[in-house]
Amino acid sequence: MLQTLLPILIFAALAVGAAGAVRRIRLWRQGRRTPMRWHRLVLMPKRYLNDLHHVVARDKAIAHTHVATAGGFVAAMALALVVHGFGWHNPILGGLLLAASLCMFIGALAVNRRRIDPPAKLSKGPWQRLSKSLLAYSVGMFLVSLPLVGVAPTLLGGGVLALILLALVAWGLAEMLIGMGWGGPMKHAFAGSFHLAFHRRPERFDDQHRDVAHDVHRGSRSTALFPLDLTAKTLGVEKPADFQWEQLLGFDACVQCGRCQSVCPAYAAGQPLNPKKLIQDMVVGMAGGSDARYAGSGYPGIEVGKHHGGPSDAIVPQLVEAQTLWACTTCRACVEECPMMIEHVDAIVDMRRFITLERGETPEKGAAAIDNLIATDNPGGLDNASRLDWAADLDIPRIQQRPEGVDVLLWLGDGAFDMRNQRTLRALVKILRAGGVDFAVLGDEERDSGDVARRLGDEATFQRLAERNIATLSRYRFQRIVTADPHSFHVLGREYGAFGGDYVVKHHSTFIAELFDAGRLSVKAAEPGETVTYHDPCYLGRYNGEFAAPRQVLAALGVEVAEMERSGYRSRCCGGGGGAALSDVPGKARIPDMRMEDVRETGATTVAVACPQCTAMLEGVVEPRPQVKDLAELVAAALVEPSAAPTARTSTEAPEEVPA
Amino acid sequence: MTQPERSRNAAGEARVVALVSSGRHPVSGRAGRAREDARAVEMGLALAGASLHLAHAGDAEDAALPEYLGMFHGLDGAGGPGELSLLPMAAGDDAVPLLATWLEAYGANLVLTGQRAECGEGSGLLPYLLAERLGWAVATGVAAIEHCEGDRITVLQALPQGQRRRLEVRLPCLLCVDGVAPMPRQSAFGPSRRGRVEAVTNVTAEPDTLQAAWQWQPARARPKRLKVVKSTNARDRFKAAAAKSAASGGQVLTDLSSDEAAQKLIDYLRAEKVLPAVQPGEEGQPSA
Repeated sequence: MLQTLLPILIFAALAVGAAGAVRRIRLWRQGRRTPMRWHRLVLMPKRYLNDLHHVVARDKAIAHTHVATAGGFVAAMALALVVHGFGWHNPILGGLLLAASLCMFIGALAVNRRRIDPPAKLSKGPWQRLSKSLLAYSVGMFLVSLPLVGVAPTLLGGGVLALILLALVAWGLAEMLIGMGWGGPMKHAFAGSFHLAFHRRPERFDDQHRDVAHDVHRGSRSTALFPLDLTAKTLGVEKPADFQWEQLLGFDACVQCGRCQSVCPAYAAGQPLNPKKLIQDMVVGMAGGSDARYAGSGYPGIEVGKHHGGPSDAIVPQLVEAQTLWACTTCRACVEECPMMIEHVDAIVDMRRFITLERGETPEKGAAAIDNLIATDNPGGLDNASRLDWAADLDIPRIQQRPEGVDVLLWLGDGAFDMRNQRTLRALVKILRAGGVDFAVLGDEERDSGDVARRLGDEATFQRLAERNIATLSRYRFQRIVTADPHSFHVLGREYGAFGGDYVVKHHSTFIAELFDAGRLSVKAAEPGETVTYHDPCYLGRYNGEFAAPRQVLAALGVEVAEMERSGYRSRCCGGGGGAALSDVPGKARIPDMRMEDVRETGATTVAVACPQCTAMLEGVVEPRPQVKDLAELVAAALVEPSAAPTARTSTEAPEEVPA
Repeated sequence: MTQPERSRNAAGEARVVALVSSGRHPVSGRAGRAREDARAVEMGLALAGASLHLAHAGDAEDAALPEYLGMFHGLDGAGGPGELSLLPMAAGDDAVPLLATWLEAYGANLVLTGQRAECGEGSGLLPYLLAERLGWAVATGVAAIEHCEGDRITVLQALPQGQRRRLEVRLPCLLCVDGVAPMPRQSAFGPSRRGRVEAVTNVTAEPDTLQAAWQWQPARARPKRLKVVKSTNARDRFKAAAAKSAASGGQVLTDLSSDEAAQKLIDYLRAEKVLPAVQPGEEGQPSA
């Protein structure tokens, strides 16, 4: 009886599953089409076994569980197809099938143990059922395959037991094969494989990086936002079908593991954003329906089950509230953690683009910042000629006076208008002088890099600023750009390339570390007893992979660095990126307060920062708290400059270089 | 923001036009939406929705025009692209006859505009000259439109120190919107790109002969005398700093004949030296 029913079961499940898969592919293909690159399918196994596994392996227990379960299933399924499906009753194959089922069974046990009291980040519902289905499949497959190796052949002759076993196998096949095609939890394997093959950012799987020493998470540096075609019919993403089809495919690959949720600063602060729920909402929008069947944590403060969507229905506000999108700080912690390599930030910015460019509904202060950027080239609406007011006594050379070119163009960023950051800039100038660096500034010809405009969705203003800055930079000669602002660093270095601006851009931490390496700076020994911790800015670390240089600088100063639990690529955002400080979505806590709590846990008396935004956000935390110092300030305070002092004095004596 | 009921009323009864000018940013001097004109457009959009029509007399290449058209979003119904009629004229031409001719031809009966342009002559006289030429009512300092029913429109006029006066005006009329009116909505790139600027060809601008005869000289910024408030009380200092100079020494005159009223005004203007002092020969002549 088994010999006749098993092949029917297997092939029926395969056929039904395949029908569902075709339907699923149609759902993905509702998105905007791009040229198909079929050859990328070949890349899938390597991307799965290498890149995806690297991310999963950050949690060793889960990685082992997944290898046992998934590996066991794939092997058991392939063997079952040969042995039971096509009826090749080979004892060796049977033995392998038993081994694979056993391996899967052990994995499934670990899955079930985790599911007894699942952590809050995991989704329940069908995902709880999946753990049981894995057991059913592995046990059923093991037992029905026992006769192949000659064990208990008579035992299975009995009708009732055979029926029970068949039911187990059928349950397993229904979950694993039919569920895979028809949107059950196993969908992640099917969609995930294609997602890895057709990922929108193939560079994420590229190991050929120039500077591996600085960056252990090589692939994650494909972080520049995609340029938007401003002549398109509608700008940005209004409805799920406006996404590129690879994006829809990516959303469908989500395993609802909740790693993004547990690292999201906005979620932790009780703001109405949960990256996992957002991706699931995109899936709801793509397939049509309501979010009532979602079995995980929702957006804080927003009830689950009240929203609905369809592929051609507007996303905001029926499916996702605008507040959810504006709460994102674009810190990329979710993207960095996602084992399925889903691009949450791209999706959020795509939807913000529609809200800003088509609906004109940017949050009030964000809209004011954009208006100012349009009118005055800086988000504060200040006179661009006052960009150098803080340096009136410093005699900083202007690049306009150096037609022969300079080594370093110092990009000030909009921090030049902020009194707190002006102290950092003054410290940086002192360091550059002490290191004998040939540098100059653009002065009032410098404009905002366009970072805030772009993250607020105003691609038109960003592109205008980018084009003007690139035109300005093309008029002057310099070897490299150095900036104390990681946002400018990222935009100039990674995002201007798409508009024809290719520069060597260095963050000041990298540049100061190079000065130390070259022996051009001498510092006095740090005072003993003071502990410093370092806060990695998102746009320096996760976006650009610079984790090492700031620590090298601190080491050169001889200070003891106590690392926070969340540092390096897992650093928690200060709450100031992506225009989140402007949209200021209310929550239960403030993100910088939570970050300062991280700092306090290390016992540090000073937190070293490397970004004007982080400085402003962390200094906004009420006293008493550890003091906030930029790396440049720490270095400048420790400088000993026996020879630099007289040169600085001579330069102040040259009055013709002071056009205000 | 949008009130469908009201907009249907207004669309039925009134043809609403907003006159827009090129603004100058106070810091950078870059062209953009003018502060008050943008509020006039906002008021028009809240009243008439997408049926609001914009008009501008001047240069077709002005960077401010797309910014006004970018405000045509978030409107009920079809919410088609914004439309702006451009009356081409050079800087030295007179906008008044041009606008008056076009407004009559268009059949507008409710015109919204700012009180004063941010560049060019900026005398703030255009609404008055236009209303005079069209024979319409004019209301200035409009902070809000309350109702628009039939041929009557009720508006709130802004007075100093947050006071408001309710006015009922008969259509057709021209409303000059004050800076205290509700904030204009964001100008979005998509709608600004779709908005249509149509050049009106059947009007010809005439040079502004009066203006051509004027003598121009640069304005001189005059130092303001600081009023130092000597008070140890923060509340008093704040009040002194926040207070607008209240009108003092005025009189309210009622029940005067038009001749008497005119004479009172002339006397006042002479006393303020706005009009030249009385010539000896004119003394005793009846003034009209």
